[in-house]
Amino acid sequence: MRDPDSDIRSGQERKNSGGWQEKSADVDLKQVRPYGDTLNDGQIQLSFTLPVPAGPEARAAGRILMEKLGLKEVEVVHLKDLGEGFAFLIAYGRCPVSIDFTGIEVTQATSKTMSFQEINSFIDKHIGRQIRVVGACTGTDAHTVGLDAIMNMKGYAGEYGLERYPGFATWNLGSQVSNERLISKADEVQADALLVSQVVTQKNVHVKNLTELVELLEAEGIRDEFLLVVGGPRLSHELALELGFDAGFGPGTTPPQVASFLAQQLSEREK
Amino acid sequence: MAELAVDEELVTDCRQAAAEIADGVDKFISGLTTTSVERTVLRLLGVNGVDEEEVPVPNIMVRQLQEAELLKEGSAHNLGRALLAGNYEIDELAEAVARGEVFLPDLIKKCRPSREEVSSFVRELTEKKARKIINIRQEREELKQELSPGPRPWLYVIVATGNIYEDVRQARAAARQGADIIAVIRSTAQSLLDYVPYGPTTEGFGGTYATQENFRIMREALDEVGGELGRYIQLVNYCSGLCMPEIAALGALERLDMMLNDAMYGILFRDINMKRTFIDQYFSRLINAYAGIIINTGEDNYLTTADSLEEAHTVVASQFINEELARRSCLPPELIGLGHAFEIDPELEDGFLMELAQAQLVRQLFPESPLKYMPPTKYMTGDIFKGHLKDGMFNLASIITGQGIQLLGMLTEAIHTPFIQDRALSLDNARYIFNNCRNLGQELEFKSGGKIQNRADQVLAETAKMLGKIAVKGLMQSLEEGFFAGIKRSRNGGKGSEGVLACSRYYYNPFADLFRKELNSQ
Repeated sequence: MRDPDSDIRSGQERKNSGGWQEKSADVDLKQVRPYGDTLNDGQIQLSFTLPVPAGPEARAAGRILMEKLGLKEVEVVHLKDLGEGFAFLIAYGRCPVSIDFTGIEVTQATSKTMSFQEINSFIDKHIGRQIRVVGACTGTDAHTVGLDAIMNMKGYAGEYGLERYPGFATWNLGSQVSNERLISKADEVQADALLVSQVVTQKNVHVKNLTELVELLEAEGIRDEFLLVVGGPRLSHELALELGFDAGFGPGTTPPQVASFLAQQLSEREK
Repeated sequence: MAELAVDEELVTDCRQAAAEIADGVDKFISGLTTTSVERTVLRLLGVNGVDEEEVPVPNIMVRQLQEAELLKEGSAHNLGRALLAGNYEIDELAEAVARGEVFLPDLIKKCRPSREEVSSFVRELTEKKARKIINIRQEREELKQELSPGPRPWLYVIVATGNIYEDVRQARAAARQGADIIAVIRSTAQSLLDYVPYGPTTEGFGGTYATQENFRIMREALDEVGGELGRYIQLVNYCSGLCMPEIAALGALERLDMMLNDAMYGILFRDINMKRTFIDQYFSRLINAYAGIIINTGEDNYLTTADSLEEAHTVVASQFINEELARRSCLPPELIGLGHAFEIDPELEDGFLMELAQAQLVRQLFPESPLKYMPPTKYMTGDIFKGHLKDGMFNLASIITGQGIQLLGMLTEAIHTPFIQDRALSLDNARYIFNNCRNLGQELEFKSGGKIQNRADQVLAETAKMLGKIAVKGLMQSLEEGFFAGIKRSRNGGKGSEGVLACSRYYYNPFADLFRKELNSQ
C-alpha cells in the first residue's frame, strides 16, 4: 500500500532524496497547477455535451466556452453527434491559475483509524459495553449498497462490517425508511448512533431528507442523544456538518473508519 | 460454439425441485385475490380516469366494493351488475363514480339479474376487450417484421429524468446512438404506491412515474424515431410493487415490449408482502403472456447485497423457480428474460473466468430464454475510466456467451443518473465490442477440467443442493430464513397484506379464465 502522506512532500525533501530529483524542477507548493506531462503545464481535460447540432459551430462553441472558463490554448479533440441536436465534446486546455497548497485545511471525521482488533479493545476499555447503531437508507432511497458495505457482516474492501464487531450491536433497517421510523427504532433500542445512507441524489433530494431528520430530532428534543452520521457518494464531512450531522463519509469509506469515529466520539462524550 | 459440459441429471433435479416449490406457492395463494388484481380487471374492462383528488376510478370502485363486502365475488361481476342496473356504458359509469354521483353498491342493489345473465354479459365484454390486446400484439409482430429489432444481445439503456418529455428527448437520442431498448425508470418508491398515477407527469425522483399516458407518449416517440432509423425500438417499464398487475394491463394496452416482473424482487428489496405479490405476479404474468411481453426477472439484485462469488448459485436457483412460476402463468420460454449480473469483485484473480462460467452456464440451462444481463454496479466507484473498462469486460462476457438483453453499464454508475453522453459512451463501448467479437464464442472451447468448467460444475451442484433444501422447506420458509440476497422477510410481514382477500365460491376473474384458456390451447 502506498502511504498517502508520501504524495505531499516539500521541495526540500525531494532534493534530499537525491539523483534525478535534483535535476527536475521543484513543485512550488504556494503555486500549484495541474500536471499533464510537465510541471506547471496546467493541463486539464474536460468532457461535456452542448445542446446544439454537432458541426464546426459546436466545436467553436466548445472552445469559446472553455476560454470563458479561463482556460488557455484550448483544443477540442473529439466531437460526436449524439443525435436530436446534441453534440458531445472532449477538450483540453491550460489552466492559468494556481492554488496555494500550504493554506489548505480539510476537516475530517476521524482523527485516527484503528484496526478491527484495536476498535474492539478500545470499546472494551473506554466504553465498556456495545455501541448500539441503527442504520437506514432514508426517504425514497432504495440503494442499500453503501449502508450494507458499512454495516453487514461481509463489509467492504476486505474489511468486516459493523455487524461482525463484538463491540457493536447493529440494526440495519434497509431501504426506503422514513425518518420517523428511523427515530422510533433508535428510541426503541436506545441507539448511540444513527447511520444514514443517501445514494440517489437527483435534484438534491438527499439534502431535504437529511435536514428533515435533524429537524425532527430537534423538535423532539433528542438530537443530542445520538451521534448522527451520514454517508453517500455525494457527501463530504463538511456538508454533513453544515446539515447538522456529526460526521459525513464519502465514497471509498471502509467500516473501520466509521467504527473508529463512533468509538472515539462516544468515548469523548461519555467522559 | 463454446459449450460447457452440463450434468443433465442435476438439471432435471433442479427442475423437479422448482416444480415442487411452485406447487407450494400455488397452494399458498389459492382461493385468494387482491385489490390490485381487482383494479386490474376493471382497467382491462375499460375503467379509467381519476376523481378531483387524482384518485383513480379503479381504486374508488374497488374500495366501495370492498367496504360493502362485495369484492369477494370479483370486481368484474360487480361491474357487470352495475352496468346492467344503471344501463351505463363503461366510461359513463366511470365518470359518474369519479364525480361522486354513483356509489357502486347502491347501484348494484337496484336490480337483481341472474348470476348467469351477469356472467355471460361480463364474459362477452371480456372477449371484446381481450381482442384489443391481441390486435396490439399483432401490431407489434407486424412492426417487428417490417423493422427488425436488431441482433442480440439487444442494447438496453435507461432514461430517468423525471419528466416524460425530457425522457422522450433522451430516448430518441439514445435510439439514434444505437439503443435497441429504452427503459423508463420509475420514480423512486412508485413500487410502494397502491395506485397508478394518472396522466403525463413532469416531476419524479430518480425516474418518471409509470402512467398510461406516459407509456403512450414514449411509445409514440419510439415508433417515430424507430421508423426513421429502420429499427423497432423496444420499450420497457416496471411491472412490480403494489400495482404489479395494473401496470401489466397498461403495458399490454400501450404496446410495451418488456416488463420487469418479479415478486421475489419485491419481497426482498421492497419488503412487499409475499401473499400479495405472488397473487399479483400470477395474474400479471398471465397478462404479459397474453400480450406477448417479455418479462425480466431480478436475480441480478441478489448479488448487490450478497457476495457475488459465494452466492452465485442463489441466482441460478431463483432462475429455476422463476422459470417454473412463469411457465405456470403460461409464459413461453422466449418471453422469460431471466436476470443475472456481472458483479464479481474486479480485484479477484481470474474473476472474469468466473463471470464467463456463470454466464455460459445460465445460457445453457435456459437456452430459449432471452437472458437479461446486468452490468457491474457494486464495485463501481467515481473512477469513470476504470468503470468504462469494467463495462467493456462485461460486454465481452456477454458476446462470448450469447446473452439476450444487455443492460448497458454506465461509466458514471454510483455518481448520478446517466448524462446524455454517458449513455452514448456506453452504447459505443458495447457496439464496438459486440461487433469486434461477434463470433468469438463460436471459436472457443472450454477446457475440460479447467477453471471455467470447474466453476460451472460447482455452481450447478450448489444450485441443485439449494433447490432441494427449498423444496423441503417451501419457498416462504426459505425467504423467512434469508436464503436469497442475505435478506430475511417474514411470511406475514411486508407492505400490502391488507389488500389480500379470500374469494367467495362464486368468484371469477374473466380475464384470467380467458387468457389461460387461449394460451393453453396454443
